[in-house]
Amino acid sequence: MEIQDPEHIPVVRKLREWDPQAIAEAQLFRGELTLVLPREDLRRAGEFVRSDPELQFTFLSDVTGMDRFPVEPRFEINYHLLSMSRRERLRLKVRVFGSDPVVESVTSVWPTANWHEREVFDLFGVRFEGHPDLRRILMPEDWEGHPLRKDYSVEGYR
Amino acid sequence: MTATVQTPTGAAQTMVLNMGPQHPSTHGVLRVVLELDGETVVHARPEIGYLHTGIEKSCEAKTYSQAITLTDRLDYLAPLSNNLCYCLAVEKLLGLEVPKRAQYIRVLLTELTRIGSHLVWLGTHAIDLGAMSVFLYCFREREEILKILEMVSGQRMMTSYFRIGGLALEPPPGWLEAIESFVKMFPSRIQEYEDLLTRNRIWLARTQGVGVLSAEDAIAWGVSGPSLRGSGVAYDVRKFFPYSSYDEFEFDVPTRTEGDCYARYLCRVAELRESLKIIRQAMPKIPREGPIRSEAPGIVPPEREKMKTEMEALIYHFKIFTEGFSPPPGEVYQTIESPRGELGFFVASDGSPKPWRVKVRAPSFVNLQALPKLVEGRLIADVVACIGTTDIVLGETDR
Repeated sequence: MEIQDPEHIPVVRKLREWDPQAIAEAQLFRGELTLVLPREDLRRAGEFVRSDPELQFTFLSDVTGMDRFPVEPRFEINYHLLSMSRRERLRLKVRVFGSDPVVESVTSVWPTANWHEREVFDLFGVRFEGHPDLRRILMPEDWEGHPLRKDYSVEGYR
Repeated sequence: MTATVQTPTGAAQTMVLNMGPQHPSTHGVLRVVLELDGETVVHARPEIGYLHTGIEKSCEAKTYSQAITLTDRLDYLAPLSNNLCYCLAVEKLLGLEVPKRAQYIRVLLTELTRIGSHLVWLGTHAIDLGAMSVFLYCFREREEILKILEMVSGQRMMTSYFRIGGLALEPPPGWLEAIESFVKMFPSRIQEYEDLLTRNRIWLARTQGVGVLSAEDAIAWGVSGPSLRGSGVAYDVRKFFPYSSYDEFEFDVPTRTEGDCYARYLCRVAELRESLKIIRQAMPKIPREGPIRSEAPGIVPPEREKMKTEMEALIYHFKIFTEGFSPPPGEVYQTIESPRGELGFFVASDGSPKPWRVKVRAPSFVNLQALPKLVEGRLIADVVACIGTTDIVLGETDR
């Protein structure tokens, strides 16, 4: 694993050129690049990295929620992107507080985000603004609570 | 749900028909709500979650090694694929190198699993469309694969054969001979399936032009695997981001351009032959002797003889099996090419012996989302063909 300064990686450089405020943090761990973005910049930055001809992150592989309870901001949402033409992967990360778990939906950028965002909503309770059909996907529609939260017991409830 | 519209056939409203979750052709507990205008599907809405068992949550309550047994149950037609992806993710997190011997054995068994999975796909897809003999022929061959897996791991399906750092057990004597006879026997069987289907008028009528997915739509909807390659995009994780020494093997990635059910059928049948190619290369490559697991005290348990005679080994054994091992804090996203597409494991560690978060990026979950695109505007009978061609497994869709 070569140790490389994230600032020299093309996607980091281009994003900083496009908007210096867009990246809050850039991390490199085990060869994987993670960019932490402020919540408001997610959809715009996503649109940029998808459509820019030098980046072409057209494939959204996965959207993952994570609960860092009791640490705040509590919820972390990771977007795993892939550029097939450049054989490169990227992780965009957004953090939201438990008191305001809302993020803009990226379904307008990558349609595949639809079910992924529904799952994060279902299991964590994070709401996605602008999502065309935000409802539970794995749990029954009348379920109460969000099972993957850390304050939800692994044994569950009846 | 029923809208009062003037439909193309002049009906006053559409009809809602429920397909599943109990249905022989949904290949598991899948529910598809179909809005119909006569026999034409106007709108299709897949509903999932009937097999949701909280595997990801359960992983958080187990140590990294214990979670391996949960991964078998995800894509239950290709358990070794799940084992492999999870183990690779944790090994990446630890920065652990797996001995070459174990890597080659992993490749061989994973390709055998790919064949086994494609046999189920072919058999069930064919029987759904009326070709009933193909089902029995495919399962006859799959039986041989299950016998080999039982010989090697002790289990036909839920193998949990891969461990963090390598394999669980030394493969038994005679295992390569068993694989050799399978490899000799199988090509003529693939030909048998092709003789029955590839130029069969009924098969062509049911699959050609059915469920067309454009390359652009496939990428936008995150579709991967044979479904993506059938639409012309030659993306295969084994070639783009090689893992477990796949870059040392020569194989092609079958791709078609039509994007219909027939194209996906041809891709998968060609993949059966490619997997055989890889297995044939792997057999002589595997060193007859050597470690099957990394040397990593504190993570990989010591050999039993050492544990019984050396104090340090005993202490390591005790700590590993009572407390577990703790990777450094951090997160990784590891992907492999499973028979269904890009399988991903996101593993986040907080420095404790239990994973903080395990997320499974299931190819079936993502590919199923594109089902309405394949099916809308077509007949009910095509829904059966399209569900079959998507090759879903509800275990990984719902987790």
